[in-house]
Amino acid sequence: MTDEAERAADLFVDCRGETCPIPLVEFRKAVMRAKPGEIIEILGTHGPSKEEIPLAVRSLGLELLKIEEDKDGIWRILVRR
Amino acid sequence: MGSGASSSAAEAIKPRKAAIIVHSGDLDKVMSALILGNGALAMGLETTLFFTFWGLLRLRRGRLARAPLSRLNLLGLGRWLMRRRMHKARVASLERLLTDFKALGGKVVACELTMEVMGLKREDLEERWIDSYGAVGAFIAEAKEAAITLFI
Repeated sequence: MTDEAERAADLFVDCRGETCPIPLVEFRKAVMRAKPGEIIEILGTHGPSKEEIPLAVRSLGLELLKIEEDKDGIWRILVRR
Repeated sequence: MGSGASSSAAEAIKPRKAAIIVHSGDLDKVMSALILGNGALAMGLETTLFFTFWGLLRLRRGRLARAPLSRLNLLGLGRWLMRRRMHKARVASLERLLTDFKALGGKVVACELTMEVMGLKREDLEERWIDSYGAVGAFIAEAKEAAITLFI
């Protein structure tokens, strides 16, 4: 699974600097564009969005591959549709 | 992971709905309704916003960007300050939120009773945002199947 998470994402969403609910909304749009099995990568800086995107992943029945945050507060979430 | 993923996928396809009445036309309240609507769609709920009374007046042509605050509007000064602060904090505008709501498949229903009372015709409204026109029955039909119902 780790190897898969490191595979280049099929869809990339950059929401750095955006606030709630935009990262969640942009994530959802990416899910609508993604084909089953494709990996979505989303970057952001808004703390609450980092918490709520995994809730949406669960609610939508998707697979959460990875959540990480660097020292500058930029988080990265990988999800497989 | 395989069986766990499929059972959660089965859970995800259960019909789930949110039905929200947008009665207020104030900037802060319409914004709350749109943020909640977008959140519900993002979580996989079919979501309908019913615009009625002051909320529907906000869907008149060119009126969405001119919403006042529910409190401390101060003849527009409060609204101006709030919009400035929201812009600085990069909070999305009502137009952006409504556009996103539609892009995620959200439905907008305009209240026909309000249109009669206020003397509004379809062409007075931003028709590109409106999916259908209905009265109380349209709301109740959605709300009886909805996990979330709100009146804002």
